[in-house]
Amino acid sequence: MGMAEAILLTIATAATPLLLAAIGELVVERSGVLNLGVEGMMLMGAVAGFGVALTTGSPWLGVVAAAIVGALFSLLFGFLALTLVTNQVATGLALTLLGIGLSGMIGEAFVGEPGVKLGSLYIPGLTDLPLVGRLIFGQDPMFYISLLLTGGVMWFLFRTRAGLTLRSVGDSHTSAHALGIRVIAIRYLAVMFGGACAGLAGAQLSLVYTTQWIENMTAGRGWIALALVVFASWRPWRVLAGAYLFGAITIAQLHIQATNLSDLAGLPGPLLWFATLLKSIPSQFLSALPYLATVVVLVLISRNRRLTMMNTPASLGRAFVPDR
Amino acid sequence: MKRMLLALAASAAVLVTAGAASAQDKTKACFIYVGPIGDFGWSYQHHQGALEMQKNLGGEEKVEISYLESVPEGADAERALERFARSGCQIIFTTSFGYMDATNKVAAKFPDVKFEHATGFKRDHPNVSTYNSRFYEGRYVQGVIAAKLSKAGVAGYIASFPIPEVVMGIDAFVLGAQSVNPDFKVKVVWANTWFDPGKEADAAKVLIDQGVDIITQHTDSTAPMQVAAERGVKAFGQASDMIKFGPETQLTSIVDNWGPYYTERVKAVMDGTWEQVDVWGGMKEGHVVMAPYTNMPDDVKAAAEAAEAKIKSGEFNPFTGPIAKQDGSEWLKSGEVAEDGVLLGLNFYVKGVDDQLPQ
Repeated sequence: MGMAEAILLTIATAATPLLLAAIGELVVERSGVLNLGVEGMMLMGAVAGFGVALTTGSPWLGVVAAAIVGALFSLLFGFLALTLVTNQVATGLALTLLGIGLSGMIGEAFVGEPGVKLGSLYIPGLTDLPLVGRLIFGQDPMFYISLLLTGGVMWFLFRTRAGLTLRSVGDSHTSAHALGIRVIAIRYLAVMFGGACAGLAGAQLSLVYTTQWIENMTAGRGWIALALVVFASWRPWRVLAGAYLFGAITIAQLHIQATNLSDLAGLPGPLLWFATLLKSIPSQFLSALPYLATVVVLVLISRNRRLTMMNTPASLGRAFVPDR
Repeated sequence: MKRMLLALAASAAVLVTAGAASAQDKTKACFIYVGPIGDFGWSYQHHQGALEMQKNLGGEEKVEISYLESVPEGADAERALERFARSGCQIIFTTSFGYMDATNKVAAKFPDVKFEHATGFKRDHPNVSTYNSRFYEGRYVQGVIAAKLSKAGVAGYIASFPIPEVVMGIDAFVLGAQSVNPDFKVKVVWANTWFDPGKEADAAKVLIDQGVDIITQHTDSTAPMQVAAERGVKAFGQASDMIKFGPETQLTSIVDNWGPYYTERVKAVMDGTWEQVDVWGGMKEGHVVMAPYTNMPDDVKAAAEAAEAKIKSGEFNPFTGPIAKQDGSEWLKSGEVAEDGVLLGLNFYVKGVDDQLPQ
């Protein structure tokens, strides 16, 4: 396996959980609901996926369980925020807190147990192709699922009638309601889709990324996914770009740190100078770089204010009570 | 975002009380942990120590244990500590460096309660003790093993934060390796976190891609061990015995063994003999224990055992001169041993570390 290939594979694994969680949250927010419970839902998915895979021995059952548990857990948010019309921000935060605590309690028995890994794809012939074989035909299933979901969401939101309906609910719930669209029902479905995606993101963490369960193992990835959605101005392809950019810079900065100056002896002058310059950046700054660069790039590509306004779901986070 | 997470964690900290309400003949020992006890690392090991202490001293009838998990360092810790002190705790262990000021502040208000602060150095009141372990002794042994075993002649080191404790570990590891192979190299990656399994796994992958064939870590999760197992390189565990995560990968692990100290201190409270101490125990005191040496040839194992025995007997200190600083200037003369005070504030690399220490 070549170095470039190895780097790209590592980036894909780092980006996939962010993409999965963010693409789900994007649909939720497009329907006008702000669910800050992503981190909690991811953890519930991670513990459910790990537990089911460990007890049944089938990682695939774990993946399915994670999606179901994520969706069911998000229903709790749905019931409170949509049916009882509680404050969405507070309810979302509460969901995260509950998710952290509950997953830790459920997962107590799983701590210190090596899990079951969801294996990578292997197609004889294709996977063995030089350079692109492993990248295109040899990654783990969650990588393909995340890309299919992103494509599916793009198509659904902008190419189908149902997608248009969902966006209209997010833009003006009163108008949508006046047209006879069942605002609450659509939002419930969107919230559950977001929950299922977050659950899958959790399963990717506990079944692929690191095959283990540890309390709070998401370590803030749910919050990064939330930020990605906003900075990507609610466009699926930008979420994809943002997630991969974040992953790429995370891995690149680790490579810069791991490279010793003595490894570079023999590089041509200007390259050596540049590498030495990179090496002189403090590691604390390098660690912060993925956050910084992703925000800057996404802000730059969405600098057209009018287009951004158009993409922002106008009813985002606002409570809706149907007036008979 | 970090601040927000901390605030969340603060509200998430849940008070757990084991056993029934305190009776007169029971001693109540309380613990404050910085992470979840399910982290299988730092906090997990402290909790194991607490449980061992309870068992040693006669079980639930004699000792009542109370603990708080995931308590953020700073003002929240003070509140948690006051709550503990009021609820009848006779001795309180605060198990992270960042609880230092809160511990001393609350100790002033409750002179009858004994406080034990891990890894700190402030003892402002007679009822505050400090305790720590010489983990660097284990790192030295790991360095010996790495240099004996590595074919590439280079090991990967996943570090958390550039604090003396971690720098001390890197220096000791390199000194151990140099005792076998003076040209041995180490690649250091700062994760800037104690706990992020995903990031730790990434760091391990990157290091292996860059050609290291041995991974060691000063972060808390088992993720690097698993990556090493998948990629077929060897690794050292951290804080607890991680052999389950790499049956054919783990060489050994530095196990934090707090049980003996906790037993001794709580027993002192029971007997009424508790006095202020400043303990920095190592292999000799049984505070630092090496997990079994596995997945290595007999001669490497013998070398590791010899190094361990030498340190354990007190005959040898890893920080014994001649040792030069990274820039080549002299730090310790031949035969000179580093003072504890210098080690506790260590902020420079020894010669042979090819990395820039973040300041």
